[in-house]
Amino acid sequence: MNTRQQSKLIYSWYGKPLGSDRKLRTSQYKGILITSESSKTETCIQLGDFILVEGTNADQPYVAQLVDLYEDGAQHKRAVVQWFCRLEEIPQNKRKLLKREISAQEVFFDQVLGYDTDIAAETIIKSIMVIPLHLGEELPVITLNKEQTFYVKQSWDGKCFKVLSPDTFSKLKEANKTRGVITNSSKASIPSDILTPVKKETESVVRSATKPKKIDMEIESKHSSSKSSLSKERHSQRVANNDIKTPTARKKLELNSPTRSKGRLLGYEVLGLLDDVCDAIAPLEPSATKRKVKFTSDILGSPPKIPCSNDKSKSTSQSAEHCQTFSDTIQLSPYTKVKDFSDKDKNLPEKDNIPSLGGYQCNQSPVLTPRSRRTCVQKTSALIAEQISMLDQEDFLSDSDSSYSSSSEEEEDDDDVPCTPEKKTKSSRIFSTPKSSRKSAVHTPAKTLRKTPLKGTPRTPRNATPEIPRRIQVAQEPASVLEEARLRLHVSAIPESLPCREEEFQDIYNFVESKLIDGTGGCMYISGVPGTGKTATVHEVIRCLQQAAENDELPPFQFVEINGMKLTDPHQAYVQILEFLTGQKVTATHAAVLLAKLFSTPGPKRKTTVLIVDELDLLWTRKQNVMYNLFDWPTQRHSKLIILAIANTMDLPERIMMNRVASRLGLTRMSFQPYTYKQLQQIVSSRLKGVKAFEEDAVQLVSRKVAALSGDARRCLDICRRATEICEFARQKRTPEMVRMAHVTEAIDEMFSSPYVNAIRNASLHEQIFLKAILAEFRRAGVEEATVQQIHHHHVALCRMEGLQSPTVSETMAICSRLGACRLLLVEASNKYLHMRVRLNLSQDDVMYALREE
Amino acid sequence: QPRHLLELLRRTTVHGESNSALVIGPRGSGKTTLLNHVLKDLKEMKQVRENLLEKPFLPGLLQTNDKVALKEITRQLQLENVVGDKVFGSFAENLAFLLEALRKGNRTSSCPILFVLDEFDLFVHHKNQTLLYNLFDISQSAQTPVTVIGLTCRQDILELLEKRVKSRFSHRQIYLMNSFDFKQYIKIFKKQLSLPAEFPDESFAQKWNNNVQHLSEDKTVQDVLQKLFHHSKDLRSLHLLLMLAVSAVTVHHPLLTAADLQEASRQHSTDSKANIVHGLSVLEICLIIAMKHLNEVYDGEPFNFQMVYNEFQKFIQRKAHSMYNFEKPVVMKAFEHLLQLELVQPLERPSARAQREFLLLRLLLDSSQIMEALQLYPNCPTDVKQWAASSLSWL
Repeated sequence: MNTRQQSKLIYSWYGKPLGSDRKLRTSQYKGILITSESSKTETCIQLGDFILVEGTNADQPYVAQLVDLYEDGAQHKRAVVQWFCRLEEIPQNKRKLLKREISAQEVFFDQVLGYDTDIAAETIIKSIMVIPLHLGEELPVITLNKEQTFYVKQSWDGKCFKVLSPDTFSKLKEANKTRGVITNSSKASIPSDILTPVKKETESVVRSATKPKKIDMEIESKHSSSKSSLSKERHSQRVANNDIKTPTARKKLELNSPTRSKGRLLGYEVLGLLDDVCDAIAPLEPSATKRKVKFTSDILGSPPKIPCSNDKSKSTSQSAEHCQTFSDTIQLSPYTKVKDFSDKDKNLPEKDNIPSLGGYQCNQSPVLTPRSRRTCVQKTSALIAEQISMLDQEDFLSDSDSSYSSSSEEEEDDDDVPCTPEKKTKSSRIFSTPKSSRKSAVHTPAKTLRKTPLKGTPRTPRNATPEIPRRIQVAQEPASVLEEARLRLHVSAIPESLPCREEEFQDIYNFVESKLIDGTGGCMYISGVPGTGKTATVHEVIRCLQQAAENDELPPFQFVEINGMKLTDPHQAYVQILEFLTGQKVTATHAAVLLAKLFSTPGPKRKTTVLIVDELDLLWTRKQNVMYNLFDWPTQRHSKLIILAIANTMDLPERIMMNRVASRLGLTRMSFQPYTYKQLQQIVSSRLKGVKAFEEDAVQLVSRKVAALSGDARRCLDICRRATEICEFARQKRTPEMVRMAHVTEAIDEMFSSPYVNAIRNASLHEQIFLKAILAEFRRAGVEEATVQQIHHHHVALCRMEGLQSPTVSETMAICSRLGACRLLLVEASNKYLHMRVRLNLSQDDVMYALREE
Repeated sequence: QPRHLLELLRRTTVHGESNSALVIGPRGSGKTTLLNHVLKDLKEMKQVRENLLEKPFLPGLLQTNDKVALKEITRQLQLENVVGDKVFGSFAENLAFLLEALRKGNRTSSCPILFVLDEFDLFVHHKNQTLLYNLFDISQSAQTPVTVIGLTCRQDILELLEKRVKSRFSHRQIYLMNSFDFKQYIKIFKKQLSLPAEFPDESFAQKWNNNVQHLSEDKTVQDVLQKLFHHSKDLRSLHLLLMLAVSAVTVHHPLLTAADLQEASRQHSTDSKANIVHGLSVLEICLIIAMKHLNEVYDGEPFNFQMVYNEFQKFIQRKAHSMYNFEKPVVMKAFEHLLQLELVQPLERPSARAQREFLLLRLLLDSSQIMEALQLYPNCPTDVKQWAASSLSWL
């Protein structure tokens, strides 16, 4: 899964140490060299460069600027960075402060204190571009690689957004400029040098496509998506019979398609093919890079200025030109202004088109033979024309024809990789049926746009959010006092406060709060019989903590909840936790590995995680590895994990856990006592505050009854609810009244009455005689078990006494099985016939009592 | 009871209140009928119909585990259109999917769902009772309004629920009992048998209904019904009896008579094992009698073939003049036939090593059954009859 691990990377310093501190035994460097063993490529990252840093989520590496590089005393390579934060990293509630749409590519200059700016150099993934912009400025529409370029407009200090100070702005700009210069100059001087940024760029391009598989997939999907949108537009273009499109263009297009597929192939297997085409790519890449530089830093730069030393660069310059025109078209196109889409909506599809186009061109050229270079140029120009017309088309089509490709298309893509060129042409034609992509794109346009980086897998169903159909009529609001009371008494109604659990609440709150402030991890075990408010209290605590975190009284934290009962298998806990934390969906074993890695390695910018494990006892496995892992993580130094485990039994750790698990769980325990009748009374009356529906005595009766039995608050509420129903039932004749003792008593009787006696009384005569016969047989034998044969004899005798016709054996068997089905009797499997053993499922006294009454 | 259930469901649909209830009653007491009736009534209310109550119906006998049940729920809720053509993933995925679906809703906006779990007791045996826990949990939290109704005949169903599940269950139990007396039983009998008003042939319907009225007042018919009523109050057995009687009605015999009912009752209450005995050969009967004597002598202890054969030999030797002496293999053959008819049953599984002659067996017939069957057996030799009456008859 993780390619990063497969292809081992070697980090080495670039150049000589700039300066060293004898005291601290550190030495500083101006750059770092990342060598990939498998691809034999090297990347150099220098001070001031913008980089991506491994984050908790493989989809979302952190953006940062390299400030310092040094080697500490223990020979560990360290880096000091200035963080940028993505929109996703900003708390949801703060996002609205922005008051504007944010594209996925926009980042914020991070001024939040408390993030660790000192990171391990090994976590650096690659270098990217971060371009400062003024607040009013639109994002440049042209971006060569969405993955590699970010924009920064504002800074974020944890509380509010600020415009970049001119100082920072210029600094950032400076950083970009120097970088661009370095790139240019080095390329010009020694193109064959291994250490040149050229090579580095190659590396980074390659790596962006292959290294972290997630990103890879993402790009893939984007590739295909852009392709699909491309083809879709082409399709519509055909349909619309656009003026711009000439027959020749179409021909070119067809000529083009095989190469495009080839490009796709490269995208897929760059790593594999790298050895073959490395040489070809190497000279080509600089131009690509250059182009990128051109576009990102300086849009107005004229393409011809780029030195056209060979044919290849010519093609690129062509493409650059094309992009230029492209951007012009965007500005010129009147439709964009007419249509009132948000910037995001407009930009994204376009952006999607461009990088992919760029990608094709980069990749297609090496494949072409020198002979065909000229055609390549032509093709590019054809592509330009096409692209332009496409853009117009796009505005016609408008809507959310964004970056959503269906899985079917992906599969098709997979298919045509090994195909012959002719076939490829065909399949690329197939692409131009945009139906499916259309559909899926409509699905959730807003979400798609916001979450684009997350959606590595474009399979619609997986992301589809199931929903119960809406009701046609609005739910009726409670009309009477009793209905109002019933609504409030429902267990699901969440009261503003939890009465009678103040102490426990405070304890848990203090525990979590202290851990949050310390930034450490810890476990707490909470036990109590069902219905004593364990889960409710914990949720209340979390709610309060979240409130506090919003008000900046506490550091922010993540909240994850799993419930043992809602898992099909204990190991699924890993999957759920990982999905909550990062949104990835993987198998249980893999999730365990990822989580272990996540919690055991120090991560910068890591928030504390509060994990609630409900119904802990169901996570028990024979080897107990799930529980072991869960309680092991908080003890790790960097985990920042707080676990609140909830279960019913007080001595669960001693009873079912192995010593090593129990010891990790620690001794922070809390036990929720069953409610006393006073507490229950308080709970009910607090819920009924302001509604006069219950008599004081009635509430007391319920709570006393329940407290005597179980102290289960749910039961108490249910009885009260039932009582209101009975009251309403009785009320219909008379004027509205309150729930009285009588109603409550009826409700209690209904819920606690033993069904057996009633069932026996309503049984048929022979069934009753059969029960009598059983009693007689028991008395005779002195054993509480008898065979049907013996009972049958008694039965016949009893019938004779009563003057009834005695039943046949078959009938006796029928009676026996009927009583067995009701579980008045416990019977054996019926294939033993007469020798089937029978036992009573209730006490003999009950049976006697029930039978005597008549 | 119907009102209680109706009220419950009405509130779910109209107010979006979540509930759970169990309908408990012995077999044939009309649990499903009650539910269907209530649902029909409910559909007639305007408000409810517009709210479109969805109801997955899950028979416990088909949903053998939670995975199957989940799939069925998804299918019946028509959520699979969201899932698309995707082949259903793992159990875990399914569960997460469904829970998410149900969590999405809230009291005021989502369409209420009615879950009917038939043979509720079978769901209790699913692993961890995951499905029940989740259904009840939803019904007790502010999610999509659901009403979970379980139908079961087990009176001890609550004891089978796990404590957490039990706590989440709202403890509404609706008990259905066959609490009618004999007069009502007769009324039901009349109603079941009478032809409805919309029957095409009016004159015949009149005649038939009059006849039914007469029948219900007839003494013999009342006796027959009384006997059935004493045996079981289950209405299904009444249906069965009436079915047997009515099937005797032909063109030439257009009206039901008391005799028909009597005949049906006789058929209805015959003893199956004793019936089998009627079809046995004399040798086999002799063997059964021998077994009966063995049972009497050893007080129900198991026996083997050799013992039975010896007993039989004794009888033959005494009555050598009247009975043909069969070879041992022939007797063995007859014995095995009895084994196949399950009139005798081996105590343990027959293994290859144990000799068949010494396999321990048990008789599955009561002595009274044997005697009765012997009375009815045609052309039974008197000697055999005498021997059956007493093992000491030769004295």
